[in-house]
Amino acid sequence: MSDVAAAKLVTGVDFAAHPAARALMRRHRIRWWELIPWLAAIAYYFAFPHYLGFGSELLITVLFALSLDLALGYAGIITLGHAAFFGTGAYTVGMLAYYGIWIEPIVGLMCAALAAAVIGFASGFVLLRTKGLTLLMLTLCVTALLEQGANMARDITGGFDGLNFTIAPVFGRFEFNPLFANTQYLYTLGVLLVCFAFVRTLVYSPFGQSLTGIRENILRMHAIGSPVKLRLIICYTLSAALAGIAGGLSAQTNDYVNLATLSLDRSATVLIVLILGGYGRLYGAFIGAVVYLVLEHFLAQVYPTAWQLGLGLLLVLIALFARNGILGLGEMLWRRYEARRAAA
Amino acid sequence: MSETRLETQALSRQFGALRAVQQIDFKLDAGARHALIGPNGAGKTTFINLLTGVLPPSEGRVLLGGRDITATTQAERVKLGIARTFQINRLFRGLSVLENVCMAVTERLGAAGSMIYPAGRRSDVIDEAMELLQTLKLADVARHRVSELPYGRQRLVELAITIGLKPEVLLLDEPAAGVPSAESHIILDAVERLPAHIAVLIIEHDMDVVFRFAKRVTVMVSGAIFAEGTPREIEANSQVREVYLGQSGHA
Amino acid sequence: MDVVGNIAGIVLGGLSAGTVLFIVSVGLSVTMGLMGFVNLAHGAFAMFGGYVIVLGMNRAHIGFVPALALGFVTTAALSVVLERLLYRRLYRSGELDQVLFTIGLIFVFIAGTIIVVGPESQTLQLPPALSGQLNLGLLQYRTYSIFLIVIGFLIGISISLAFERTRIGAQIRATVDNRRMAESLGIDVDRLFTITFAFGSGMAGLGGGLGAEFLGLDPQYALKYLVYFLIAVSVGGLGSVIGVYYAALLLGVLDFVLKLYLPVGGTIFIYALTILLLLLRPQGLFGGKET
Repeated sequence: MSDVAAAKLVTGVDFAAHPAARALMRRHRIRWWELIPWLAAIAYYFAFPHYLGFGSELLITVLFALSLDLALGYAGIITLGHAAFFGTGAYTVGMLAYYGIWIEPIVGLMCAALAAAVIGFASGFVLLRTKGLTLLMLTLCVTALLEQGANMARDITGGFDGLNFTIAPVFGRFEFNPLFANTQYLYTLGVLLVCFAFVRTLVYSPFGQSLTGIRENILRMHAIGSPVKLRLIICYTLSAALAGIAGGLSAQTNDYVNLATLSLDRSATVLIVLILGGYGRLYGAFIGAVVYLVLEHFLAQVYPTAWQLGLGLLLVLIALFARNGILGLGEMLWRRYEARRAAA
Repeated sequence: MSETRLETQALSRQFGALRAVQQIDFKLDAGARHALIGPNGAGKTTFINLLTGVLPPSEGRVLLGGRDITATTQAERVKLGIARTFQINRLFRGLSVLENVCMAVTERLGAAGSMIYPAGRRSDVIDEAMELLQTLKLADVARHRVSELPYGRQRLVELAITIGLKPEVLLLDEPAAGVPSAESHIILDAVERLPAHIAVLIIEHDMDVVFRFAKRVTVMVSGAIFAEGTPREIEANSQVREVYLGQSGHA
Repeated sequence: MDVVGNIAGIVLGGLSAGTVLFIVSVGLSVTMGLMGFVNLAHGAFAMFGGYVIVLGMNRAHIGFVPALALGFVTTAALSVVLERLLYRRLYRSGELDQVLFTIGLIFVFIAGTIIVVGPESQTLQLPPALSGQLNLGLLQYRTYSIFLIVIGFLIGISISLAFERTRIGAQIRATVDNRRMAESLGIDVDRLFTITFAFGSGMAGLGGGLGAEFLGLDPQYALKYLVYFLIAVSVGGLGSVIGVYYAALLLGVLDFVLKLYLPVGGTIFIYALTILLLLLRPQGLFGGKET
């Protein structure tokens, strides 16, 4: 009989009844409000049939931010270079389609994920032995290196002008119509759902827990025998693969790819989106993407400079007062509400 | 005759011109209750860092159960059965007490690499962690965040994590350090109740604790072993008194 | 011979570009080494000072040297205000917060510049004494470039000497080495931070103005060259004046050469080299402990 079972017999204590144990055992269960984003996404499809292009862009941004959350929010890897994987995925899909090698979308996405994962693994393997400013610098350099490489190889990548191509219909039946983006939207939503299910499972698994441990106290993780570097590399590779899928989706829904997918601007934007929503909280990506893109859509068109100014001020305020983003603020308010209710 | 669990041979560590640890030959037997004492800066923590693989030695070897582990990393040594607590807590402050201990138990069981099934399904991990918390009288705060606890109980969590690793050799770096005297007895009670087969080395300054707990004492001065023996022998040793205990000895 | 002249011309061009990088980046190296603060907005300070200098000369018709002095002083003053009010609150925060904060500042600076001055780039009118060519025996070269190289060298020497010989230099070195020890010795670390930050930002502003010709001066300046400043600082080694000097010069020469012979994507080699160097020596060429 195990020690634990023997102890239970002796003490007669049923640990499973203890609130702390119950909380841990139940943590992964799906709560009712987790369905809201998905219901909202489906409602959007019917409510805004002429804005499905924007909707697709929004869903892709959610996926991209989600991929960053895995590395940054859960493992604590601070990177300004996630566009490297987005761009790799986009170019993989783009070039496969442009050169007529492969135009079917779903396997195209898998190729994008694979290519990005390779880059992620290779760069993670060498970069993740550094930390702090050095690591940040190196992530910037990797992205810049890929960007310049794509520029240099403009004969095959199209350089600044980029590549235009066509993608075959999904499952052979649902065509990507550039004027009416319903296929794009539902396809993207489906991919996002699958990827999100993957990330959610990962986050609640023991592996995901150990990532949180690495983020919280890396020295302690070493001291409990955790193979920290291996975990970080795996996490970074998975994060890269997801970012690659996001990039691939972007190429597929726009039938276009260019150097902008590898820019510092794109890395910085996805970081802002995630921070705005709240990192390390799974749904921060959703909230951040919605808030950022909606604001940008309405403000940046009309007053681009004011938008930049406002964004800058917002970032300063977030860094000073609301480092956990909108979800963090929400949590804080909820805790206060609960405390007041308990006191009453 | 007890078997030697941990041994060092001519273990040394230099930092430039500073000889932090010099030619230490040290043995720790199974079931040992061994105290390491010495003035500040004597090299005690450096010695622990060498034993656990946080620092590589400049010279010498570390052996665990007869096997040379000098080239292994810190994480590998934990897997081999050496665990230590830190002088300043290294805890997951944002996580609950239960989560802290579960992290260690999961790692020990080799389950931490699993990516598919939820951590919550591992009821064996949770049960074991809860039982450990129960033993250390931490069960009532299992759900609390570590950062919310008073320092003494945080120190106890540090100990809980380490015990959760089920080590064969346990190195405690001043376990009661920084704990208000009103709370320190809970730490010391826990240390006393450690399983008998574990080899325990404790760095301590408080001579009361040393006398209460240790069967053997090693005195370290300026990186070298100055004296070794039972607590009584050490206390009676006039040279040790001079160097460390000062004129007022222990009654 | 023409080939030698050619090579010398290229080297000099690269060195003068590198010198500008040095003048801007030296402040970042020292403050990062001293405060451990990831200040991505450093380029924004350079841009600010550059605008003050160039606009001072072009619109207010101030002389060259007074404009430089004005640029230094105003940028330093601005940095003191920002440091006391905002930066200070983030010293104990994590790296992520510092990155976010400084990115936000960059956006504010860029947008502010567009609103106040306009989106066009500004050109620096060189004073007649510094325009034209200088006969160096071996070749004729632009006087201004030679001037930059010499000035950069003098600045580098002066700062190094200041570090070694002055009391404040010793205090800075002590604090970089071991902050807690320095505090227990009675060094007012807060004041040291402010002074160093002011000096470093002032230097950046100076560099922004001096290099307006080479690197251009437009509202995107703060972002355009950020990666280069960071490369110069990390490859050189945080807190090392010599390190950032050599790294900046090397970077300047490489960039100049690559832009000349491989204008499309040539800078890939700079990034590759940086990655290689930082992997082999994460603390930089002349850096002390690990970052």
